Amino acid sequence: MKKLFLIGLKDLKLIFRDPAALVLMLAAPFALTLGLGFVTGQFGGSGSGIGNIPVVIVNQDSGQLGAALVEMFQSEQLSDLVTATQLDDPTEAFQQVDDDLVAAAILVPAGFTDSVLPPAGQSAPGRTIQLQVYANPTRPTSVGVIKTILEEFVNRLEVARVGGTVAITQLIESGLVPPQEAAALAVELGQQQADSLAESNAITLTSNVASEAAVNFNPLAYIAPGMALMFLMYTASNAGRTLLLERDHGTLPRLLISPTASAQVLGGKIFGVYLSGVAQMLILIIASTLLFQLQWGDPLGVLALVLAAVFGATGWGMVITALAKRPGQVAAVGSVIMLTFGILGGSFINLEVMPVWVQFASKITPNAWGLDGFSTLALGGGLNLLGRPILALIVMGLALFAVALVFFNRRGMAMK
Amino acid sequence: MPTILEVKDLVKKYGDFTAVKGISFNIQEGEIFSLLGPNGAGKTTTISVLSTLYAATSGDATIAGHSVSKDPMAVRKVIGVVPQEIALYEDLTARENLNFWGQMYSLSGKALKDRVEEILEQIGLTDKARDKVKTYSGGMKRRVNIGVGLLHKPSLLFMDEPTVGIDPQSRRAILDSVKDLNRQGMTVLYTTHYMEEAAELSNRVGIIDHGELIALGTQKELTRQVGEMETLVLHVDEMQDVQRLAKAVEALEMVRHAEVSDHSVTAIVPEAEEALAPAVTKANELGIKIRSVDIREPNLEAVFLHLTGRALRD
Ligand SMILES: Nc1ncnc2c1ncn2[C@@H]1O[C@H](COP(=O)(O)OP(=O)(O)OP(=O)(O)O)[C@@H](O)[C@H]1O
Ligand SMILES: [Mg+2]
Repeated sequence: MKKLFLIGLKDLKLIFRDPAALVLMLAAPFALTLGLGFVTGQFGGSGSGIGNIPVVIVNQDSGQLGAALVEMFQSEQLSDLVTATQLDDPTEAFQQVDDDLVAAAILVPAGFTDSVLPPAGQSAPGRTIQLQVYANPTRPTSVGVIKTILEEFVNRLEVARVGGTVAITQLIESGLVPPQEAAALAVELGQQQADSLAESNAITLTSNVASEAAVNFNPLAYIAPGMALMFLMYTASNAGRTLLLERDHGTLPRLLISPTASAQVLGGKIFGVYLSGVAQMLILIIASTLLFQLQWGDPLGVLALVLAAVFGATGWGMVITALAKRPGQVAAVGSVIMLTFGILGGSFINLEVMPVWVQFASKITPNAWGLDGFSTLALGGGLNLLGRPILALIVMGLALFAVALVFFNRRGMAMK
Repeated sequence: MPTILEVKDLVKKYGDFTAVKGISFNIQEGEIFSLLGPNGAGKTTTISVLSTLYAATSGDATIAGHSVSKDPMAVRKVIGVVPQEIALYEDLTARENLNFWGQMYSLSGKALKDRVEEILEQIGLTDKARDKVKTYSGGMKRRVNIGVGLLHKPSLLFMDEPTVGIDPQSRRAILDSVKDLNRQGMTVLYTTHYMEEAAELSNRVGIIDHGELIALGTQKELTRQVGEMETLVLHVDEMQDVQRLAKAVEALEMVRHAEVSDHSVTAIVPEAEEALAPAVTKANELGIKIRSVDIREPNLEAVFLHLTGRALRD
C-alpha cells in the first residue's frame, strides 16, 4: 500500500511542475469564471445558469403575511431571479408544476397570518400553519433557490416575532405598558415587522456576509463550480494520460519490473489522478473564496462533495485512458469530453431549460451531480442534503473503475 | 562459480512475429556476459523477458534459482535493470528520481538517504543533484539511468545498450564503471551492438541475430571457431629500421604475415602472446628499440561477418 501512495504523491508533484497542466487546471477555470461572470453580469443573462425562475403562488391567506410573501416574490430585488405569478386554484398550480411550466408552487394556507401573529384578544398563537411548497423534481437548483427564499422569509418572521416579544416584555417590565395592552401591542409590532419584511432586503442579490443565513446569489457562485468541475475533467483525463506517457517513456515498464505489484502501480496512478483533482478543486475553492469572497457553503459539505466529485471524474479519466492507445488520443478525447460534460453538466447553460433527454444524459456526468451539490451548498444547505449527489458520484466512480479495470491488465499496461 | 542465470529455449513472440527464437545460455556469478547483436536482433526483448516485464511465449529462465515466469517477484528483488531508453522522470531532480526509485525497491529512511547520496557520488552528480533531469546532457541522464538500476545493490545487473548516443568521454566513464561494479562482485548482462564494448568488457559473449543466438563463448573461442587470427603490433621509435624488423618477424615460425605501417610492425598470428617473446628477442638482436606493444584480439566484427555475411552495424 505504501508504494501506491508514493506513486500517487510523485504524480501530484509532477503535475504541479507541468506549467501547461497548471494553466488548464487552475488559470483557465479562473479566467473563464471571471469572463463569464463579467459577460453575464448579474442575473440578466440566462448564461449564468440561474435566473427568471418561474414560480406560482397560491395565496389563500387573508392576513398580511401572505400578502407580504407575494409582494416579496414580486419585488424589484427578486425580479431577475424569480418570475412569480399568482393563481387561486391550488390544483391548477400543482398542475403547472407537473407540466414543468414552473419550478415550484407555493401555497400559503388560509389562516397563516393568524397562526403566526394571533389577532387581538387571542393571546397565545395556536399551532403555526406551514407554508407549502410543491417542488418540480427536474429543477433541483431552482427549487433550492425558491426554498431558500422561503426559509429566509420564515427566518425573518421568527426574528420579527421574537423581536416583538422581547420588545413587549421589556415594555411590560419597565412598567410603561400595562399587561392587558400587551397583546394588542404585540400584534401591532408584529405587523410593523411584517410590513417591513417586503421592503427589507430580505434576499440579497450580491455578496452579503452580514448574516450567515443570507443567500448569496453572486453569479460567480454558480459559474465557479461549473468551471471548476469542467476543468476537473481535464485534470482527470490529463493525469490518466500520464499513464500512457509513462508507458512510452519507459518509467511504467521500470515500475512494473520493480518489486511492486502491478495492482499497486495502477492503484498509485489512479491515486495520483485523484490527488491532483482534489488539490485542483481545493485550490480553486480556497482561492476564489479569498479573492472574490465567493461563498461555497458548509466547508464539510464542500469537502465531501469535492472528494466524491473527483472520484467520479477520476473514473472517467481512467476509462478514457484504458480505451486509448496513445497519449495524444487521451488528450483529444479528454478535451472533447471535458467540453461535452461541461455543457451537459450545466456549466454553461442552466440544465432546466434543456430538453428532457439532455437532463437525463447529464446524469452520467460528474459535472451535473457536482453542480447540483454545489448549488445546494451555496444556497446554505449542509452535508445532510448532499446524500443524493454524493452517492451518485461514488456509484459512478465505482462503475467506471470496473469498466477501466476490464481493459487494464498487466500486459496491457506494459505494452498495449 | 555457481550459475546465476539460466535461460532455456526462450521464445518471445509479438503477435505473429517471433522476436526471440528459442535461445539458451547461462551466466556464472561474477561474470560480465555480453549479448552482441545488430539493431532488431532481439536483445531488448530478451532482457524484457528476463526482467519479468513480458511473459515468455515458451521456455523459461531462472535467476538465482527463481523462475522468471513462476516467481517474478523474487526475481525482481535480485535483478537491477538499466533500460536502453532512459526511463526517468524528467521533471524531477536526480535526487528525487533516485529517492523515488529507491522507494520502489523498498528502501526507506536513512538507508535510502545514504544509498542515494552514495549513488550520486558514484555517478558523479552530487553537485547537480538538485537540478531537474530534463536539464541534463544525454550522458548525465544515462548516468542517472544507471544509478537507478544500482540502488538496491542487485546481484545481477542487466544493462541494455547503456552507451548509445553519448559522447566518448561519458562512454568511457560508463565502461569503466561497469568494470568497477563487476570487480565489486556484481554479475552483469550487457547488451550492445558495439563489438569493441563486448570485447573490452566481457568474459563471454553471445552473438544474437534475428532472435537467434548464433555463437556463444569467450572471445578467443569465438574467433577461433571462425579461424580468425590475432594481431600483434610492435611500435618502434621513429629513426629505427622498421622494414628489417618486419622481415625478421615474418621469418618467425608462428607468424603468418607481417607488414609495416608508419612506425610499427603488424603481425598476424594465431596466438599473439606466444609470438610476443620471440618477436621482442628478434628486435633486440637487431638493436631495434620497441616503444610499445599492442595485442589485438581477433575482431568480433569479423566473427559476425563470417557467421551472417553481414556487417554488425547498419
Ligand atoms: N512491442 C513490440 N511489438 C512488436 N514488435 C516488437 C516489439 N518490440 C520489439 N519488436 C520487434 O522485435 C524485434 C526485436 O526487437 P528488440 O528491441 O528486442 O531488438 P534489439 O536487439 O534490442 O534492437 P536495438 O539494438 O535496436 O535495441 C525487432 O524486429 C522489433 O521490431
Ligand atoms: Mg534494444
